[in-house]
Amino acid sequence: MKAPAIRIERWTPESRVALALALIVAALLAVGPLLFDANIVDRLTTLFIYVILAVMWNALVGYCGLVSIGQQAFFGLGAYFAVRLADLGFSVYPSLFVAALIVGALSLPLSTIMLRLKGGEFAIGMWVVAELAHLLVNLDTLINGETGTSLIALNAYAIGKRRALTYWCAFAAMAGLLAVVFVLLRGPTGAAIQAIRDNEQAAESIGVRVTRAKRLVFMLSATGAALAGSLWVATAVTFQPRTYFSPQWTAYMIFMALVGGLGTFEGAILGAVVFFLIEAWFGGAGVWYLVGLGAAALVFALALPRGIWGWVEDKTALRLLPVGYRVKLIGEPDVDKGA
Amino acid sequence: MANETEALLLDARGLHKRFNALVVLSGVDFSVHANETVGVVGPNGAGKTTLLSVLVGAHAPTAGEVRFRGADVTALPTAERCRQGLARTHQIPRPFSGMTVFENVLTAAFHGGGQGGDAAYAQAAQALATTGMTSLANRRAETLGLIDRKRLELARALATGPSLLLLDEIGGGLTDAEASELVDVILDLKRGGLAIVWIEHIVHVLLRVAERLVCMDAGRIIADGAPASVMSDPAVIEAYLGGGPG
Repeated sequence: MKAPAIRIERWTPESRVALALALIVAALLAVGPLLFDANIVDRLTTLFIYVILAVMWNALVGYCGLVSIGQQAFFGLGAYFAVRLADLGFSVYPSLFVAALIVGALSLPLSTIMLRLKGGEFAIGMWVVAELAHLLVNLDTLINGETGTSLIALNAYAIGKRRALTYWCAFAAMAGLLAVVFVLLRGPTGAAIQAIRDNEQAAESIGVRVTRAKRLVFMLSATGAALAGSLWVATAVTFQPRTYFSPQWTAYMIFMALVGGLGTFEGAILGAVVFFLIEAWFGGAGVWYLVGLGAAALVFALALPRGIWGWVEDKTALRLLPVGYRVKLIGEPDVDKGA
Repeated sequence: MANETEALLLDARGLHKRFNALVVLSGVDFSVHANETVGVVGPNGAGKTTLLSVLVGAHAPTAGEVRFRGADVTALPTAERCRQGLARTHQIPRPFSGMTVFENVLTAAFHGGGQGGDAAYAQAAQALATTGMTSLANRRAETLGLIDRKRLELARALATGPSLLLLDEIGGGLTDAEASELVDVILDLKRGGLAIVWIEHIVHVLLRVAERLVCMDAGRIIADGAPASVMSDPAVIEAYLGGGPG
């Protein structure tokens, strides 16, 4: 049968508007330290790091199906290498990025071992890796065991300048990683990793080079989590291994991606904003804040398994930053709209 | 130049497959020529699906070799064999449930088919048109019923641009009308010159398409030839119709 004339729609009018708005917001945020007071600049820096964590978890789990509960390994190592490099005398801000690249490079040999594991074995195995990384970092005398150390090189900068530089680094890291993930997901590799998520054997049998695609996503998410860690130590200044290698970081990632919408590009960003707001409003409530987070995650998992954005997509077929493909038949009524 | 219809496409020699103590294939020689349509029948547990898995590389044979278009592919992973034109469908459909029907098929055109951009779109659209799935293009695959999941398996395999298509019980679980619809699609593919190996329990469906029939039993090929002569072979009747004297 002859194929009917079709058109593949990737950008819709709404998504063009959304992209334009996103770029305007990004342009405004890019000059944030010139516009906002110190408190807001600090808070936005935190938000950017949350967005990185959420987007990296979403790429790994929501799109590639590689559930890991040990992403704090990379977060902690990123912070550690930033401290290490600064102590060796390298300029502190470039060190934040170099530290992430070092962790990304280390994740290559790690991937050859860990990607042999499937499902739950991989998830738990990553936690073991995180504990191991934690122990190894403690062996470095610079760190003083669990006492930790500080990124004292930051003291060379006046407080205002430091705040602005850290903000810009976090913003650049977030914007760059968002762009990389977006372009990756819209290309053939994005199709491949979603196919792997849904059925690995079937993906292989239609020609997807499964290990290569998984390794790419694994390394990307390791690099991103490491960058989040090195940026965090630039905001917090102190480095205590127990804090940075804590599973809470992965728990935050899960919360943000789950609430925002696992496997939707917009959802992870939305989830980070929601988490940021909850923390800003209720973070002072101590234990009850954590109880509330856990309860909220449970409610979402049960009532809205595809998160806030997944629910919006199902209800409205709205795609703001589309990574998929919609088929339009030319000269015929619309192909069924079902989402 | 060698006659196209005579060209040997797939050639497997001396295939053995053991899962621990269980011997599933014991010495299978199996070859397919270009433009050929081969049906594979046999009772449950005869080793049909295992044979197919070994041919595409999902399982490594315990002994023996598989040659595809003249080259030894025995050690080649499934994905690479697919990229060379050896495609299969799964007995139990394995849709990419979180993606749309079109995205499912497009992924096959990108990777197995090695196409990019508009060429990939066109190849995917053609595969959907061939299998009658165009109107479902934007549906999430998890919402499909059985017949459409089977069609999607076929569409995805076609989008990889195969020169040999291996079908694993694609008619299983379908009503007669549905199976017959699927046979029409497969007949179209056959007329288009695609070489097909089809494993199927429903023999009368298979006989509409196959010009050569292979019968397996207990990990061996017990008959191979024209469908009529294979179906009247005493060994086949014995194995396939449940045995018993006469």
